[in-house]
This record gives sequence, C-alpha cells and structure tokens, in this order.
Amino acid sequence: MSAELKIALAGNPNSGKTTLFNALTGSRQHVGNYPGVTVEKKEGVYRLEDKKINIVDLPGTYSLTAYSEEEVVARDFLIFEKPQIIVNIIDAANLQRNLYLTTQFFELGIPVIIALNMIDAARDRGIEIKADRLAEFLGVPVVPIIARTGFGTQKLMEEAARQAARKKEWHPKPISYGEDLDSTLLDLEEKISAGNFLTMYPSRWAAIKYLENDQQIISRGRAENGALSAELEKKVAAVSQHLLETMETYPEAMVADHRYGYIKGILQKGVISHKYDQDRLYTSDRIDKVLTNRFLGPLFMAVVLFGLYTFTFTYSELPVSWLETLFGQISLVVEQVLPDGPLKSLIISGIIDGVGGVLGFVPLIMFMFFGIAILEDSGYLARVAFMLDRIFRVFGLNGSSVMAYILSGGIAGGCAVPGVMATRTLRSPKERMATLLTAPFMNCGAKLPVLALFIGAFFSENKAHYMFFFTILSWLVALVLAKLLRVTVLRGESTPFVLELPPYRFPTLKGLLIHTWEKTWQYIKKAGTVILGISIIIWAMMTYPGLSESEKGKFALQRQEVEAAYPAMVVAGGNMALSEAEATERSRLLDSIDRAEANATLRYSVAGRVGIALERVSFLAGFDWRTNIALIGGVAAKEVILSTLGTAYSLGGDDQEKNGSLAEILASDPGWNPVKALSVLLFISYYAPCFVTVVCITREAGSWKWGAFSMVFNTLFAFVLAVLVYQIGSLLF
Amino acid sequence: MSRMMLRQMKKNQRGTIVAVKQGGELGRRIRDMGLVPGTEITIRGRAPLYDPVALRVMGSVLTLRNNEADFIEVEVQPET
Repeated sequence: MSAELKIALAGNPNSGKTTLFNALTGSRQHVGNYPGVTVEKKEGVYRLEDKKINIVDLPGTYSLTAYSEEEVVARDFLIFEKPQIIVNIIDAANLQRNLYLTTQFFELGIPVIIALNMIDAARDRGIEIKADRLAEFLGVPVVPIIARTGFGTQKLMEEAARQAARKKEWHPKPISYGEDLDSTLLDLEEKISAGNFLTMYPSRWAAIKYLENDQQIISRGRAENGALSAELEKKVAAVSQHLLETMETYPEAMVADHRYGYIKGILQKGVISHKYDQDRLYTSDRIDKVLTNRFLGPLFMAVVLFGLYTFTFTYSELPVSWLETLFGQISLVVEQVLPDGPLKSLIISGIIDGVGGVLGFVPLIMFMFFGIAILEDSGYLARVAFMLDRIFRVFGLNGSSVMAYILSGGIAGGCAVPGVMATRTLRSPKERMATLLTAPFMNCGAKLPVLALFIGAFFSENKAHYMFFFTILSWLVALVLAKLLRVTVLRGESTPFVLELPPYRFPTLKGLLIHTWEKTWQYIKKAGTVILGISIIIWAMMTYPGLSESEKGKFALQRQEVEAAYPAMVVAGGNMALSEAEATERSRLLDSIDRAEANATLRYSVAGRVGIALERVSFLAGFDWRTNIALIGGVAAKEVILSTLGTAYSLGGDDQEKNGSLAEILASDPGWNPVKALSVLLFISYYAPCFVTVVCITREAGSWKWGAFSMVFNTLFAFVLAVLVYQIGSLLF
Repeated sequence: MSRMMLRQMKKNQRGTIVAVKQGGELGRRIRDMGLVPGTEITIRGRAPLYDPVALRVMGSVLTLRNNEADFIEVEVQPET
C-alpha cells in the first residue's frame, strides 16, 4: 500500500531544524513562498519503504504569537493545512526553553512527536535526558537523534509515520494558568463554543489567544462577530485589571509563566540530570571570551570579513576564467557557423554575451555564499549582530539589520532580494523600512562583477584594497541614509533586541553545499530568465531601427572608394599589387569605415537615442551615451550593465578590440580615465535598485509608493555623488 | 540578597529573575526567550560598546539591550 503523509517540521531557531530537514530530504527539496508573504516555504520528500512522506519545514520560531510574520505563517499552516503530525525538533542542551514552543502545540492540540536533537552535544555538557520519562510525562513520543550524523532519524520517521497514520483528532492539552485565568478561560471557552465563534480554531486555543491579546485572532473575531468579540474583550479587560492590581502582572505574562511552570514541573520529575554546574564554561563560552572580547572581537571580525573577500576573489579566479573561455569558444563557433545577419547578431550579442556574462560569475557567487554559509552555520554571524548592535542603534536600526545588509552584499556580494526579505526578522516597522530601503546600497553579487571589472581595468594594483574600500563605503552610505530616513520619513521608537547566541558549531559540509547551491541556483534562475529576456530586449533596442538604405549606401560607397584606391591582390604566388604599407593603410581605412557605420547604427537605435538624450544631464557626472545605455539596462537588472556595455563596445568598437575583453577595451579607451571610472562605479553602487528588488521592496513595504521612492531617491543620491566626484576629481587630476 | 535591575548587574554575577515589568511586544519577546520569574541568569559579558548584555539562561546565551534589561528585576545571589 502506498500512502502519502504530510508532516510539519517545527522548532526554535538554532535547534538544528535545517540540518534535520537536509538530512531527511537531501536534494529532494523545493523552496517556495507562503502565499501572500515572502516567508520561505521549504518542502521536501522522505521515502520510508513504500510511503511518501511530505515534509514542510516551518520557519524557526520561539513561539506562536501573532508577533512576527514567521510565527503567523507557522500557526496558520498548522491550523489551516492540518498536517497529520508535527515533528518538533528540540535542542537537548536547551530542553527547557525549547519546550516552550511545544506547550503551544499542546494548546493547539495537534499531534506532536519530539525529535530530541544533539544528544551528543548535551552529553558533552553533562546533560543526561531520560527520553522515555520525558515521553511519559509529556504524553507524546520522544525520539533522541543526532541530525548531523543521521543517528535516530530513521526511527524518528518510522515513529512519525506510525503516529500520523492513526488519524488522531486534535486534543488540546489543558495546561493550568492559575486560578484567576483558568476560570476566565473556561468562561471564554464556553462563550466561544456556544456562539459557534471562530470555529476554525480550537475554542480553548482561541480563548487563550484572547487572553494573550493576540491581535490577529481578535481582529478576526471582531470581523466575524463584533458583539461577541467585544464581550470577550471586556472579560479579558476585567481579569487584566484584577491581575494588575493584585499581582502587578498581565494575563499574557501569567500564561507564559505557567507554560514554563508546566515544563519545569515535568523536568523536575527525574527527566533531566546535570553532571556539571549550569554556569560551567563550555568550549563555546571560551571561544566567545576571545571572539567577543572588547578589543580582540572587533579586530577578529574585521579579519574574518576581509578573509571572506580574499577567499571569494582569489579562489574563484580560475573557474571564472574557464567559463569566460568556454563562452568565448561558443561565440567563436557561432561566428563561424552562422551566416552574417540579425540572427547571428542576436545569438552572439544578445544571448551568449548576455547569459555568458552572468553565468561567468557563478563561481564567484558560489564561493561567496559558501563563505557566508560557514559564518552563519558556525554561529558567528549572531556574534556579529551582537557586537554591532550598539552601532546600528545609532543609525536608528538594530543589530538584526546586519543580516539584511550582509545578505544584500554587506559581505562581498549577496543579493538585495533575499536581503530585503530578511528584514522580516525585524520587529519594528520603522527600523525594518529603513533597513529594507537602504539594503540595496550594498554591493550585491550582480554589482560585484561590475566593480571587479572596473577596478581591474583602472585600479588593478590594489584590487582587494579597492573592493574592501567600496564595501566599507557601502556600509557608510547605507547607515547614514538609514539614519536620514529614520529622522525624516521614518521617525519613531526603536524595538527590542532579544537575540540568542547559539553555541559555536562546526558546519556540516552537506549543509554548506545545500545552502550554497540553493542561493547559486536562485542567481542562475534569475540570470536564465529575467536577464536573458532583458538582454534580448536591450539587444533589439541597440539594433533597431537600423540605418536607412541611403545611409548604408554611403558607407558602402566609401568602402568601394577605398577598395578602388587600393586594388586587392589575391593572386597566389605573390603577385602583390600593394606594398605592405599600402595593405595596412587599406585595412585601417576599411576598419574605420566599419566603426563609423557601427557607431552610426548604435546612435540611430532606440537605445542610442535615449542615451544621447540623457547625455545632456549625465555629462555632469562624466557619463557618455554608451554608459547611459548600460545604466538604463542596469535598472532592469545589474547583471545587464556589463553585458550591455560589452554589447555597446563590441558593436561600436573595431575588430581588434572585439577580441579583447571589455576590461581591456575600457582601460585603453581614451574616453575613460580613473576619475570617470570612479564616478560611474559610485553611481552604479547606489542608484535605483533592480526591478526584482523594487518589486520586493514594494511587496515588503506594502505599497508601490516605497518601490517608487527607492528608485527616485537612490538615483538622485547616486547622481549627486557621482557629479561631485567627477567634477572635483577632474579638477584635481 | 538584594534586588536590582538587570542593567546594574556586573559580569559573572548570578541571580534569579523576580519580575519582568513589561507587557506588550517587548514583554512577550522577553518571555518567549525564557526570561520569566524564577529563571536563573548569569551575566556573561557585554558587547565591545558595553551594550547589549549577554546572559546565560538555562544553558544558552541570550543578549538584551541595556534599556531592555531595565525592565527585568533580579534577586542577586551574594558573591561566593
């Protein structure tokens, strides 16, 4: 018999949930989004004999309040999609705190099985847990596992499948919240059941949420039955008043206290034993003594960040050059096989150059994400947030903003799209907005190749230093502008920063590879779809409308004149009609005619006209029309900048230059100099985010106004900066 | 035994939380992380700029800003 089961994987952040998910599903994963929100939804399949088990990896949360999008997504999934069972993964070394989430599953009544993870690490810490006793007192199965080695995972899934197959009804566990609340709760529960109110939720659970002042449930309740909701709210207000007067506490605090009380009660029944004092210094604490030390900590952090650069750039050089050669070869083959004409031009200039330019940087992006994954999985990234919080607060942000910035490219590369999405972990809407609007200032993976190319062409002596400089500058720009936003359009209070510093762990290779591949694949998908399309559109803009027949005729005439002046000499055996000097002169003249025609074509094209029209303003920053075309393309996607510039120059340049790389072309072009390069680089770093990012900003901020704001605001800022640099730089050099 | 706010505690000082004087989101977030009355905490250290503060709570390490630590009242154990 073949059966399909649906189970949800839930647990705290840092409980090893992702490791377990990877161990169970391996490469059979699918990453998507929950409808309407940008919280990542990971699904995978585990095969147990003939059974297909669909696993949904819920976002890591500490609780199920309506307090963050992740928590709402998690509980909505449980309530509306009704998985047959939750596999609740728990860090064995952190049993008490991790069980807090479990109590909330109990309140919901959904069947639960506990995966007691990292029992080896707990044992090293002298913590011994009697799984059978824990199972007995909690009333749910408990399976000890070690996710990173795979120990116990098979047993876990067998047990989960067995439990899930039972088709259990949901049975909310009645946890006591103290006399006052219990009686109110009963009262509320009765009214909810009697009124057929909020029937999608278990009635006791809905009652608890009313007590906890859960805004999502209350607003649903109000919409469904305003009068009944008001009655419930009144009762809650009464008991709140009573608690405040008698005990100086709030109902939600009482509920939380009793959940912990329930957990403590169980753990005290001989479930857990500590061999050592709880305050004993573990290896992780010893490492922290150095790594978060007042002086050594920041120093080490700078070294780590710089090391990531060196790693990303040095080791990816070789594979990058392989890919460049590969795409060069493909172009060459197409060049020889296809006859001249629009199709050849489309394939070489539109498709191969466009996609090749993007894919050529895949190794760079892989190395970068691999490095970030190490920092993240090892637990170091949380320390970075901890150490930087005080600084971020100065700019009206909080330490969690560092994640969004780093993902956006605060460390060598990244992408503003996940960066903007990562702002979801920020609680305050104001800090979140400030972060998501400024995160695109970071040097994302798509800007990186542009930086690398310009720096290579104009400042090649100190490549790493310049890259480092541009990253630091991005941070400064992002932070200063965030502050600017926080004192103008986004004024407001700062929000809590309660963060967990997970113990340092050795990342697993499998985890690192999956993480790296996921991110790289996202990049490739973007390159393969959006950018291919845009590359073709841009190619068309640069090719059409073509020159008129009479214009073409003029160039043909010029060629004929040259050919007549220097008659060709094709007789074998060396009956040369021309001297060597004459032959050189002939080809030089023909080349210059070709170049003139190509230039005329490009200038005459749609893109050329737009670029030329913009020159009237852009000359202030030193941009000519070719740069303008590339920059316009860059609004669509930053990857397009290089390919467009490449197309612009390969179409407009002469034959010898066509063979050289874009970097060489730019470096040898008299129209370019380091000041202009710097001005262009700064503009590219800070002007309008790419369309995908703008769409994300719009979605995250909930209004097109913010998407439009980011485009206009960023472009204006970048232009002013570029003009300043170009004008001052031109005066000085 | 003396009571003080968490902000005043020094490095390596131990104590038991007696009250979390904050409702709303911050209060909820603090409680979600296990900082409830009865919980034992030890100050682990402070960030390079003296803020936030890192605490050991039930075997794990949490960080709080000083102005958030102001809502948490602790009964401090005498130095041993």
